[in-house]
Amino acid sequence: MNKFVAAALAAALIAGCSSSPISPAASGGAAVEERAPGSAESVRVPPVAPVAAGGAGDAAGAQAVAVRDLRGVPVERSIYFDYDSFVIKDQFKPLVEAHARFLVANPRAKILIQGNTDERGSREYNVALGQKRADVVKKAVMLMGVREDQVESVSLGEEKPRNAGRDDAAWAENRRSDVLYSGEY
Amino acid sequence: MKNAAANDFSYIIAGMKNPSFRFNMSPPILRAVLALVAVLFFLPHAFAQMSIEITGAGANRIPIAIANFEGESALPAAVTNVVRSDLERSGLFKLVETGNAPISEGAPPNFGDWKSRGADALVTGSLLAQPGGRFEVRFRLHDVQKQTVLARVSYLMTVGQHRATGHRIADVVYEKLMGEPGVFSTRIAYVVKTPGRYELQIADADGMNAQTALASREPIISPMWSPDGSRLSYVSFEAKKPVIYVHSLATGQRHVAANFKGSNSAPAWAPDGRRLAVVLTKDGGSQLYIVNADGSGLQRLGSSNAIDTEPNFSPDGQWIYFTSDRGGVPQIYRVPSTGGEVQRITFEGSYNVTPRLSPNGKSMAYVSRNSGRFQVTIMDMASRQSQILTDSAKDESPSFAPNGRMILFASDVGGRGVLAAVSSDGRVKQRLSIQAADVREPAWGPMPKN
Repeated sequence: MNKFVAAALAAALIAGCSSSPISPAASGGAAVEERAPGSAESVRVPPVAPVAAGGAGDAAGAQAVAVRDLRGVPVERSIYFDYDSFVIKDQFKPLVEAHARFLVANPRAKILIQGNTDERGSREYNVALGQKRADVVKKAVMLMGVREDQVESVSLGEEKPRNAGRDDAAWAENRRSDVLYSGEY
Repeated sequence: MKNAAANDFSYIIAGMKNPSFRFNMSPPILRAVLALVAVLFFLPHAFAQMSIEITGAGANRIPIAIANFEGESALPAAVTNVVRSDLERSGLFKLVETGNAPISEGAPPNFGDWKSRGADALVTGSLLAQPGGRFEVRFRLHDVQKQTVLARVSYLMTVGQHRATGHRIADVVYEKLMGEPGVFSTRIAYVVKTPGRYELQIADADGMNAQTALASREPIISPMWSPDGSRLSYVSFEAKKPVIYVHSLATGQRHVAANFKGSNSAPAWAPDGRRLAVVLTKDGGSQLYIVNADGSGLQRLGSSNAIDTEPNFSPDGQWIYFTSDRGGVPQIYRVPSTGGEVQRITFEGSYNVTPRLSPNGKSMAYVSRNSGRFQVTIMDMASRQSQILTDSAKDESPSFAPNGRMILFASDVGGRGVLAAVSSDGRVKQRLSIQAADVREPAWGPMPKN
C-alpha cells in the first residue's frame, strides 16, 4: 500500500508543480526526477485533477503514470472502443494494467465492469455487444493475475449513454467499458 | 406501494388487474376532485395521454354507420363514441354519418336509406337502466345489403365500464365483418422515458387508462406478457446491471427470475406460461437458457462461441427462434425448444434481428437493416419470402397483436421515441405518441380471458 501512497504523492507533486499534462516526451523515470528538491515537506496531499493516462499522444507510453486516488485506485475508468470492435486498443492497455495491479495488490477489492454500445440497432443485441466489451476487459485483468471472483462483467447495452447525441463523436463516447469499484455500484 | 425488495429508485403500483375499481365509487364531481388530488400527489407526467393517429388506411374499408344508442345520453360519455373510434382507428372501416338521432335496438332500420348513404353495415342499440346504478346495453349489427341481423348481443355494465363495453361491441362488429377476432379489449405495455425517469406502463389498446407498473431511475427494457396476461417479465437495470423480473399485475408483487453473475436479459415466455427462455452471460458470452418463471430449474439451451440472444418461442412451443452472430453478423436462427440442431432462417442482408412469430405461427416479424435503415420486415414461413413493411429508419421491438393483424413497434420521429403500428400487409399505419416523452419497448397483451 505504501508504494501506492508514494505514487499518489508523486502524482500530486507533478500535478502541483506543472500546469501542463505529463509530457509524452518524458522518458521512463523522468517524472519522478523532475520533482523539485525540498518541496516534499510542503505537500499536504491536494486533490489531484485527473490526467488521462494513456492519452492520444501516449502511444509509446509504456511508462505512462496512471493517476490514482488516495486509495490507489486508478482515477481513469473508461476504455473506449472503435465501431464494431471489441479489442482493447494499445492506448488503453496501460490503464487496464493499472487496474489489474491494484486488484492483485488488494485481493479483497472487487470491480464491476459495465460494457456499453452506441445506440444503433436492437437493444437486446446491444446488451450482448456491450457484454463483449466488458468481457474483454475482464479477461485482460484476469490474465494479469486478478481472480475471477474479484471481477463481474455486465452490460448496459445502449441504455446509459454518456453522450445523448446522434453523431459519430457521441457514438464514439458511448462505445466503452467502465470500471467501478465497491461503493460505486 | 413500496416493494421492500426494490431500492429507493423504484416503486410499484398494485392492483392493476381491474382498472374500473377507480371509477365505481364516485360521481363525476368527486371523481374530478380525486383526480386533482392525485395530480398533487403524483408527478404531472403520470397523466401524459397517449394519442393514436391513423397515418395509413386499408385498401377497401367497410362503410359502417353506428347510430347513437337510445338512452345513451344518461351516461356521462357515450358508448358509441368508443365503438366509432375503435373501428375507425383500425383503418379497416369508414364511418358513415348518422346524425344525432338515436335509433333503438329493436327499431326496424330503413335499409334503403342507409344503402343510399353508402353504408354496408349498421349498428343500432339501446341502454336500459337497471337496479343498482347499472345499465343493460343491447345492440344489433345489421347487414344493410342483405337486410339481416348479423349479431345481437346484450351486456350489463356500470357507468365506469362504458369504455370496456364499447370495446366489446367493437370486437363483435369487427369479428362479424372481418372474420377474425377484434383486439379492442386488449392492453399494451410500453416504457416511457422522461429525463431521469423510466416507467413501465400498461394501457388499453386505444392508449387510454395508462397505469404505471414500475417507475425507476434506471432503464427498463424487454417487457413481455405472460400468455395468460397476468404477468409481465422485463429487464431492469436498477441494480446497475440487467436483471430479469416477473411481475404480477394484479398484486404488484414481483420476483427476480434471473440474476446470475453477469447480464440477464431478453426474457421470452413459453406458451405454457411456466417457463422463460432467457439470455445469460454467466458462463461467458451471451447464451440461451430456459428457466422456470419462479427462477428455479435453470437449463442451458445449446451453446455457441458467438452471441445468441432474443429468443422467441413459436406459438406451438416447438421451436425457439433467436438472433445469433455465429455466422459473423446477426441473423435469425431457430432450434427445437428441447434442444437440437440449429437452422438458419434469414439469408438476405447483413443484419436481421428480433424474431417474433405471429400468433398463428405462419409468419415472423423481425427487424432488418437495409442501407443503414432498421425496418420492420415480415417473413412468410411457408415460402420464406420477406417484405419490408415500413419506410422508417429506426424501427425496433416488433410485437404482434393477438389476432395477428397489426404489428406494434418502436420508432423514432424527429429524434423522439414513438410507437407505431403497421398491418401485416403494410397498408394500415398508426402512430402512438406521448407528449414530452420518449416511448419505447412495446408489448401487445393477449386476448382477455372471458
